[in-house]
Amino acid sequence: MTRLNKQGLTRRALLSRAVAAGALAVAGPGFIAAPDAAWAVEVTAISEHQMATLLQMARDIYPHDRVGDRFYAVAIKSYDVTEQKDMVAEGIAALDEAAKKAGFDTYIAAGWEDDRVAILRSIQDTPFFQTVRGGLVTGLYNQKDIWPIFGYEGESFSQGGYIDRGFDDIDWL
Amino acid sequence: MATAAKFELTDDSVVVIVGTGAGGGVLANELAQKGVKVVALEAGGRYLPEDYVNDEWESFGQLAWTDPRTTSGDWRVAKDFSGLPAWIVKAVGGTSIHWAGASLRFQDHEWKALSTYGPVEGASLLDWPLDAAEMAPWYDKAEAKLGVTGVGGRARLPGSNNYKVFEKGALAVGYKEVHTGNMAINSADYDGRMACQQTGFCFQGCKWGAKWSTAYTDIPRGEATGNLEVRDHAHVARILHDDSGKVTGVEYFDKDGNLQMQKARLVAVAGNSFESPRLLLNSHSSMFPDGLANSSGQVGRNYMRHTTGSVYATFEQPVKMWRGTTMAGIIRDEARHDPSRGFVGGYELETLSLGLPFMAAFLDPGGWGREFTTALDSYANMAGMWIVGEDMPQTENRVTLSDTTDKFGLKVANVNFSDHPNDVAMRNHAYKQGQAIYKAVGATRTLPTPPYPSTHNLGTNRMSERREDGVVDRNGRAHDVPNLFVSDGSQFTTGAAENPTLTIVALAIRQADHIAREMAAGNV
Repeated sequence: MTRLNKQGLTRRALLSRAVAAGALAVAGPGFIAAPDAAWAVEVTAISEHQMATLLQMARDIYPHDRVGDRFYAVAIKSYDVTEQKDMVAEGIAALDEAAKKAGFDTYIAAGWEDDRVAILRSIQDTPFFQTVRGGLVTGLYNQKDIWPIFGYEGESFSQGGYIDRGFDDIDWL
Repeated sequence: MATAAKFELTDDSVVVIVGTGAGGGVLANELAQKGVKVVALEAGGRYLPEDYVNDEWESFGQLAWTDPRTTSGDWRVAKDFSGLPAWIVKAVGGTSIHWAGASLRFQDHEWKALSTYGPVEGASLLDWPLDAAEMAPWYDKAEAKLGVTGVGGRARLPGSNNYKVFEKGALAVGYKEVHTGNMAINSADYDGRMACQQTGFCFQGCKWGAKWSTAYTDIPRGEATGNLEVRDHAHVARILHDDSGKVTGVEYFDKDGNLQMQKARLVAVAGNSFESPRLLLNSHSSMFPDGLANSSGQVGRNYMRHTTGSVYATFEQPVKMWRGTTMAGIIRDEARHDPSRGFVGGYELETLSLGLPFMAAFLDPGGWGREFTTALDSYANMAGMWIVGEDMPQTENRVTLSDTTDKFGLKVANVNFSDHPNDVAMRNHAYKQGQAIYKAVGATRTLPTPPYPSTHNLGTNRMSERREDGVVDRNGRAHDVPNLFVSDGSQFTTGAAENPTLTIVALAIRQADHIAREMAAGNV
């Protein structure tokens, strides 16, 4: 929660307002939340639908099944600003249009990842897609809190390096 | 420690060195030790081991050269990292802060690439005007300065997890020359620097000082003589000359953005292979309309970056490759020249590891979806190696002045590069061998990874016997300008298969000897 709190959220407010309404639910008004209210993102400049779409898009671009939605939410929160509003609106309108052509009401209405990925492939050369994808490379993978999920240990100098902590501890060769 | 020198802008007796990395930093100290007065101008700031950070992106923000550059050509870097053709450092100490520490001598035949390989279509190969015998004593001095392991009675480093996987695979496919390398990383205390603590983050600056860098060796030692003044945040704009064609000083922007002029008896350029030719080209005048020292038209041409690429592989069980030195071992069997493999020259295979943030950025730039993310899911079970091979110099692989300007209004470097067919054949061979090595120890998946932004940047002011073939002579002195020298990797005639820093250092020590003698004799 620390990281989300830094983004201007108050856990208490979210807990009082959250409505369990399915995964990645639009829990409105003004924010989306996980069904268990363990995390939530307030929405100020863009719509709940747009934020929910960005979140699903982030998951589908860099899917890691052991990485929770809250990390993806942090990674895309920066699009919820006035300067990005038009870019997001146009990009998601185009994405939903592509979804309609594929036979779905919207992008997030497609239930299978394969279907959503096919829709994303159809727009992957657009500046919108490339902006979102490029931003995720640092926005997602540079969150220190997700490193342990991948086993990555990060900084080691303060612990004296690995000279006595297993730099050569491989035992299966 | 003596107070560092402070020289007047009007003092025309000083040697001005542009850049403080492995070339410029060593030259500055070596000259200062001989009593020569030196002003070293460094575009970046000053950071020491206590300032370095064990965090890839934060460190990149602290140390990397991120001023604008532009790119062209068919190399994938121009698409994936169009504004970042190189991953090099802007700081006192230059890229000697970032380098992994691999310190290999050229093989004897690599000084004579044209004679050994014969003409290669589309390549502008040339023999160096130097040879192995002449360089041997300078390599001895360079190895002693850097404390290179595996030579001079210094023990090699112990093998890490990443190395052990690599070694077992290498031996299984029949390679013989496999070890933990010749590294400028202390295996025991040496020369006032402590032994390696296997911390990782070699690319982010060694917080122990166990890896050699001019930032905390040659630079402070040169300053301690009272003969060296280092000015940081000093961005050199152009080199000035008089009517006789001799250089007289440099103009630079100081830390406050004010244009200053430092007079000089001699100027040595060591800003790495993009900035050095950029500076010469930006120093054009009515006497030198195509750029300073460019009567041959060779300034900026023959850019080489080594044929690189990486092979990562995932295994059933953990490797934890990030633990320990970034470059933890080497296979040298493919470094030989053996055209039966379908290419001239050779390549080294060296272990490499990246942290999770940089792995995400570099594993398959632009890649997404489960093909990409399932590889990262196995990050802890991943081992990795880097390919370093000799690439072919080509006249159109070159640094030119871009239409883009930097914050000072100076035209920036455009870097044009396309692979030569020899480079492609070598890389494909190395990918195949690298994958075979990991499969031999049970890899569940192998990942032939494209080249990163260049760290080995070479050849753009190349050394040549004949003045029409290159920019500088056998001492790094400009063919056209008697008191102008080039002191970095841009003077490389050809790139060889080895990581270039040891050779840059050996050439800088040798050049200091030459300059001091020429100054004493009144010849410059």
